[in-house]
Amino acid sequence: MLNYDLVVVGGGPAGMAAALKAKECGVKDIVILERAETLGGILEQCIHSGFGLTYFKEELSGPEYAARFIDLVEKTDIAVKCDTMVLDIDENNLVTAVNKKDGLLKIQAKAIVLAMGCRERPRGALEISGTRASGIMTAGTAQKYVNLDGYMPGKKVVILGSGDIGLIMARRMTLEGAEVKVVCELMPFSGGLTRNIVQCLNDYNIPLRLSTTVVETHGKDRLEGVTIAQVDEHLQPIESTKEYIECDTLMLSVGLIPENELTKNVGIAIDRVTNGASVDEMRQTDHPGVFACGNVLHVHDLVDFVTMEAQLAGEGAADYILNGAKETVYVPTTTGNGVRYIVPQRVNIKNPNDVKLYFRVGRIFKNAKVVLEIDGNVISSKKKIKLAPGEMEDVVIPASVLAGMTENSTITVRVEE
Amino acid sequence: MKRDLICVACPRGCMITVEYEGTEVYSVTGNTCKRGEEYARTEIVNPTRNIASTVKVNGGVHPVVPVKTSAPIPKTMIFDCMREINAVTVDAPVKLGQVIIPDVLGTGVNIVATNND
Ligand SMILES: Cc1cc2nc3c(=O)[nH]c(=O)nc-3n(C[C@H](O)[C@H](O)[C@H](O)COP(=O)(O)OP(=O)(O)OC[C@H]3O[C@@H](n4cnc5c(N)ncnc54)[C@H](O)[C@@H]3O)c2cc1C
Ligand code: SF4
Repeated sequence: MLNYDLVVVGGGPAGMAAALKAKECGVKDIVILERAETLGGILEQCIHSGFGLTYFKEELSGPEYAARFIDLVEKTDIAVKCDTMVLDIDENNLVTAVNKKDGLLKIQAKAIVLAMGCRERPRGALEISGTRASGIMTAGTAQKYVNLDGYMPGKKVVILGSGDIGLIMARRMTLEGAEVKVVCELMPFSGGLTRNIVQCLNDYNIPLRLSTTVVETHGKDRLEGVTIAQVDEHLQPIESTKEYIECDTLMLSVGLIPENELTKNVGIAIDRVTNGASVDEMRQTDHPGVFACGNVLHVHDLVDFVTMEAQLAGEGAADYILNGAKETVYVPTTTGNGVRYIVPQRVNIKNPNDVKLYFRVGRIFKNAKVVLEIDGNVISSKKKIKLAPGEMEDVVIPASVLAGMTENSTITVRVEE
Repeated sequence: MKRDLICVACPRGCMITVEYEGTEVYSVTGNTCKRGEEYARTEIVNPTRNIASTVKVNGGVHPVVPVKTSAPIPKTMIFDCMREINAVTVDAPVKLGQVIIPDVLGTGVNIVATNND
């Protein structure tokens, strides 16, 4: 058995930032366990630029953003085991992993950071009838084919779902000479960033059809076309709007799911809305010494926020390793009007610092206010021209307010129209 | 003339209104920062974009290496630029930042590698 102070599961931007922060805080023995051949996570296939504007104040591509952290990790004595898949963690923070070189590994950790990222919802999660022809794949899989393997998966493309990866792939396929016929979005609004609609669709005259879905796929061996239809307010397809579109490829960009098998197996409480662990402001789960950050905790649209969140988790883990468990008085964060979820789910009022709450709204709001209420008093009220489900928002609880709270206090974030 | 634009210079995506005549810009409103004003002006006068793609590699870990334009190029040249990118093959090892095509199409912009391979 091996012993480490800190085991980080996953070597994407979240895992790397957490490990680096813990190192900076004075933790000695740290190991990052990564399933892929290299560090970097999903960023390795995100070759477009748009990463790092918040964190580095410059616009980088995914691999460039990852490379900055890989360089930093290589400059430290943080151990890295790639090609290593974590199979299990138990309630005593014993980590079981496997790789070709060492075989089965048992690692006893003082603390663990979960940073496994997320994966795309597969076709099975959707109700589309039709044959199992080839040419149907998630947008992320297509992104891997084109950007890592140098292989074009098709020539005439329909994209279902307007999440960022779908939008980015619409442009990428167009640049490589494919014809992207349409992007269909079930909801009346796009799930992607506005800038991606502008620079990925509008720039190339690719139509975006809202309140529209794919109801059927056609073709025996290879996809030959799809039937699309508009949906009513109950999201049910409207028969009279059915339309056939010829295509050889259907890409699905219908949402990401945090990869939480390990988390669930050990019995860590999961938030039903985020599908990630329920955590406190340092990203500690309800299992002492187990922290979670990045896309495994909640799906982020910008990697910059993943990095910042992971630094909190790294700091929390370091504090736990070096100083032991903290005195805690937890107050839950409550979602008010219009707010779908808040991370963290609870705040330790003994924390001496400002605490930032990240949240997402459930629908589009225009000219609304984001209100933070504590014990029924309005602490802040910020005007927003636009709030959209695709864009994460935040509010801060000032340390001075936190200091005045008790165990019976309430924290609510709501949208006022 | 008046045109509403969405600034793509950062993920905030501000809505910007530009008043202009031909290529003369009278006013820019709605932007949160200076980059937004710059974006709006170039968008009216000579819209430019960055592009990212991949280039074939001989003997590398992956069959392709990602590349990007070192600075934005005119929007009208995007597909010509893609043809140039798809015409080259490089030999491994490739270093992040390495210039793959200097001065593409006489724009003064380089195509550079964005990863090691
Ligand atoms: C397909 C896809 C495409 C994306 N494209 C974009 C984009 O174009 N633009 C954008 O801004 N954001 C994109 N994102 C979001 C992007 O993932 C995040 O911004 C960021 O990369 C999340 O960082 P992370 O470290 O939390 O997760 P990841 O980068 O996903 O890293 C998680 C790492 O954990 C490893 N791992 C998982 N389980 C185990 C295990 N059991 N044992 C060992 N290792 C494990 C994985 O191999 C992976 O390397 C995309 C996400 C996906 C899923
Ligand atoms: S105006 Fe400034 S803040 Fe607004 S989107 Fe453009 S660059 Fe971002």
